[in-house]
Amino acid sequence: MMHNLTIAEQIKGLKNRDFSSLELTQHYLNRIDNSNLNAFISVTSDQAINQAKMADSILAKGNAASLTGIPYAHKDIFCTKGIKTSAGSKMLDSFISPYDATLSDKLNSQNMVMLGKTNMDEFAMGSSNENSYYGPVKNPWDTKKVPGGSSGGSAAAVASRISPFATGTDTGGSIRQPASLCGITGLKPTYGRISRYGMIAYASSLDQAGPMTRTAEDSAIILNAMAGFDSKDSTSANISVPDYTQNLSKSLKGLKIGLPKEYFSEGLDKGVEKVVMNAINDYEAMGAKIIEVSLPNSIHAIPAYYIVAPCECSSNLSRFDGCRIQFMPFLLTILLPHVSALQIFQGSMASGMVTDVVTRKI
Amino acid sequence: MSLDKNKVKEIAFLARLSIQDSELEQSTQELNNILGLMDQLGEIDTGDAEPMAHPLEMSQRLREDQVTEDDLSEEFHEIAPKTGNNHFLVPTVIE
Repeated sequence: MMHNLTIAEQIKGLKNRDFSSLELTQHYLNRIDNSNLNAFISVTSDQAINQAKMADSILAKGNAASLTGIPYAHKDIFCTKGIKTSAGSKMLDSFISPYDATLSDKLNSQNMVMLGKTNMDEFAMGSSNENSYYGPVKNPWDTKKVPGGSSGGSAAAVASRISPFATGTDTGGSIRQPASLCGITGLKPTYGRISRYGMIAYASSLDQAGPMTRTAEDSAIILNAMAGFDSKDSTSANISVPDYTQNLSKSLKGLKIGLPKEYFSEGLDKGVEKVVMNAINDYEAMGAKIIEVSLPNSIHAIPAYYIVAPCECSSNLSRFDGCRIQFMPFLLTILLPHVSALQIFQGSMASGMVTDVVTRKI
Repeated sequence: MSLDKNKVKEIAFLARLSIQDSELEQSTQELNNILGLMDQLGEIDTGDAEPMAHPLEMSQRLREDQVTEDDLSEEFHEIAPKTGNNHFLVPTVIE
């Protein structure tokens, strides 16, 4: 079954003509059709099929990029030209982006195939995916449980193998936590590694995009495609990008892994502790050296986060005032000359945002 | 520091956010939780800590004052509720 292949295996399969990008894409679109997890806000089937046909013709010519023809799911926080970009909010339900995010551009330029846009907590605020205007996402392992958030749709899509990988964004855990809750690999890269241009901002000094995949190897492959300097993002790091796949087959012998003791304090769930300890034992068996370290300031992380994130969020979200993007209730638009600015702002902000966002914005 | 419901209502008004009375209790409680977290930071001794502006020791990049972006004003005006003379039209803010 094609959906059981990793991206590394799919790349080989496409190169060897075991299957075409169109077959691969159609297979995933069928799986999305039969999925009931609510992982997608928009499924872009027609565009995906066109992109797959284009990818196949490029593959046939032999001048394909490394990821040409590989399908993916894009978190609905990245602007995609001509396609709805909602950020999980009613506020942007009718927003068709006039431009592409740099990340969308980068993946398009490799002739990858976008299957659709994934569900998320509104404006990336939340850790359960229950704060989406488009309804909660279900965890594929147990549909009565949450998939985590805010990149919950992306995590559920990858875990249920209705997409080979998905993009995510992480401000305070929004890639890592849903990846963990859905049993996949998620990576928040160093700030500045991946361009934030065209990625709807929550807390700009913490926001960072990253890959959500099934294996570490796939994450390395995808990060290679995502990372890089972008002059359109003033906080983008102008540092050369190494090939993240080059060390994957090296032995772990002698590698030091630090375990911050503060992370193993009270409040750690017994089941989580057991799984982590199993992983530590596996690493030890492979030759890594486990060292206890101390990060004494960890305890201050959450209070600091709750100053930085809501302050930046408040500035970033004030642009959604109903004047630049058609959102406000239709009646208000007709009455525009007769109502005050206050009524418009309050009207659009109250009906466009859910409680969690309002609280963080105050 | 803690806020009462009237203060939260006032702040919401200043931020141009409308909060229903039914949500006021919860919002006040959540805000006070956040303020409680902030109080914890006041207890830290930061006397020896060096100020840090950026984890990668980067500074703000400057560029030549040249037009690099495509002009998408037409596309952006198309999705705006009301425009005129190449501007977004908004209701009167100052009477």
